[in-house]
Amino acid sequence: MSDTTSDGQAPEADPDRDPDRDAGHYHLRLYVAGQTAKSVAALTNLKRFCEEHLAGHYDIEVIDLMQNPQLAAGDQILAIPTLVRRLPSPLKRIIGDLSNTEKVLVGLDIRPKADRP
Amino acid sequence: MPDPQAAPTLPKVATGITGFDDLTYGGLPAGRPTLVCGAAGCGKTLFATTFLVNGATRYGEPGVFMSFEERAEDLAANVASLGYDLDGLVAAGHLAIDHVRVERSEIEETGEYDLEGLFIRLGFAVDSIGAKRVVLDTIETLFAGFTDPTLLRAELRRLFGWIKDRGLTAIITGERGDGPLTRQGLEEYVSDCVVLLDNRVEDQITTRRLRVVKYRGSAHGTNEYPFLIDQAGLSVLPVTSADLDYAVPDGLLSTGIAGLDGMLGPRGFHRGSGILISGEAGTGKSMLAASILDAACRRGERCMAFVFEESGAQIIRNARSIGLDLGAHVASGRLRFEAARPSLFGLETHLARMHRDLDQFRPDVVVIDPISALRGPSGELQATLLRMIDLIKVRGITAIFTTLRGDGSLIEDNDLGVSSLMDAWIKLQNMEANGERTRTLYVIKARGMSHSNQIREFLMSSGGIQLVDAYIGPSGVLTGTARLVQEAQERAAAQQHRDATERRLRDMARRRSALERQIEELRAGLEAAVDEEESLRAEDTARGVTLEAEQQALIARRSAAE
Repeated sequence: MSDTTSDGQAPEADPDRDPDRDAGHYHLRLYVAGQTAKSVAALTNLKRFCEEHLAGHYDIEVIDLMQNPQLAAGDQILAIPTLVRRLPSPLKRIIGDLSNTEKVLVGLDIRPKADRP
Repeated sequence: MPDPQAAPTLPKVATGITGFDDLTYGGLPAGRPTLVCGAAGCGKTLFATTFLVNGATRYGEPGVFMSFEERAEDLAANVASLGYDLDGLVAAGHLAIDHVRVERSEIEETGEYDLEGLFIRLGFAVDSIGAKRVVLDTIETLFAGFTDPTLLRAELRRLFGWIKDRGLTAIITGERGDGPLTRQGLEEYVSDCVVLLDNRVEDQITTRRLRVVKYRGSAHGTNEYPFLIDQAGLSVLPVTSADLDYAVPDGLLSTGIAGLDGMLGPRGFHRGSGILISGEAGTGKSMLAASILDAACRRGERCMAFVFEESGAQIIRNARSIGLDLGAHVASGRLRFEAARPSLFGLETHLARMHRDLDQFRPDVVVIDPISALRGPSGELQATLLRMIDLIKVRGITAIFTTLRGDGSLIEDNDLGVSSLMDAWIKLQNMEANGERTRTLYVIKARGMSHSNQIREFLMSSGGIQLVDAYIGPSGVLTGTARLVQEAQERAAAQQHRDATERRLRDMARRRSALERQIEELRAGLEAAVDEEESLRAEDTARGVTLEAEQQALIARRSAAE
């Protein structure tokens, strides 16, 4: 867990923000349940995605609920796989195997690289 | 063909909800999901919570409450008033509450998914406390959180299958839709047992009703049963049963009014009978009933009074004016008043409350004062009363009903009578004559006993109720002052008659003594005459002797001269 509590109050996609601060750091948590096709696909998609758009400022935590079922309630997990954006806030839940890139971008509030200044 | 009686019965799990286990012959199907559906505010969540709490506290079966709507703390607060300590049960490991928050705005769907997370959470909660019971309240909320209904339906089907595989007895609640039982047609998936809760408003009065729509593999009561939610929790009341095969208790019930007992052949009413006291306003129905209650309490019996027009305190005060201390009986716990305005509940709810109270208090004598205060459509009223009477009779309780209608009917201009349902009927009537009213009483009928056919006048005083024989003479029945006047007249006439007789007796005595005096005088005269006669006779004899002596002397002298 990063120590960027102050970032919680700031909108993460603010282009005026100081890029040196760790404001744009993405703390992502992927909940899966065993090595199902959907889970594997989701993880693959996520990694590809992060490398493409968030290279350098992200970390991914994978939680297998088969091994840690007690963690499901904490993040209100119903659907599998679920990607939770812990940071930057607000908390977002993205469900599915992340195959729909458009929606993942919207869900994570990431602007495609092409749009960036 | 196998004998249905011999076939193994479906294993069931008791809900501990009063009445519900009776009408389902044991409770919900064990190891299967049951759908409890109803509109908002019907008590679905309470039904489910009661199922879990009773399971944990009474049957040693821990339960999982998976709430899709209310947070755990709200849930606990909502049922705290019923004495359910959810937090305590959770702390003791008898209950697990998992609040599943489904927020559409927080969820972005980006491809294929399933609801394995729900399964894992439920499975974890079940395993953590060894749960046997599960509640999913209200799982239809999922349809608001996820966009793919096809997937949801498939997952729900899988979930219910999973519940069955795990052998969990589950309640799934569902909001009632317009057409089908639930909005999302959950009844398609949960097909073993469906319970419908209903909250109907008629004439601004709400009545809660419960119906077991289906119960695969088991018989069940098919009617709509009223149920109550109050401080005692949830209770379903199978009051529609109206069998006529109840046992009849032996013994007599003295009314505590000597005159009234005297009008009945065995000197009291049969126990377990229904007694109707009819009479217009101010004829003394309530006080007559109070006298019977007082007498029963004095004998140490338990009595209960359902009063619809006065409060218990008011009846106690009024009864004090005729020298009855009902307050002492209330204090000693032998008498209980249940006062409620008739318009407070529907007829069903009144019945249901009565049912519960009777089973709780187990009285020997019940007073319902007055039944004519109950309002409703005539057909329903008749049915309600019939069930009320059955309810009481089945328990062997002696019931006293009062009604304002002199003819025993329920409603004006309606010949719907309850009198035929009653075993005894005392009619109170105010007789108006000579500018005054007098209370009279007569026994119209008393099944299974001989009884007086006379009209009795009754008096209420600080000494209680007293019956006085009415004056029945050639000029009709006289009561009140007229009776007193008539009685005074009769007393005067009798006095006169007595006086006259005495006078004549005195005359006769006088005449007799006069005659006796005359007899005395005559006897004296007779004696005088006898005396004279004897003296004459003696004189005569003496004279004869003298004559002879003189003659002898003469003869002697003559012969000497010769």
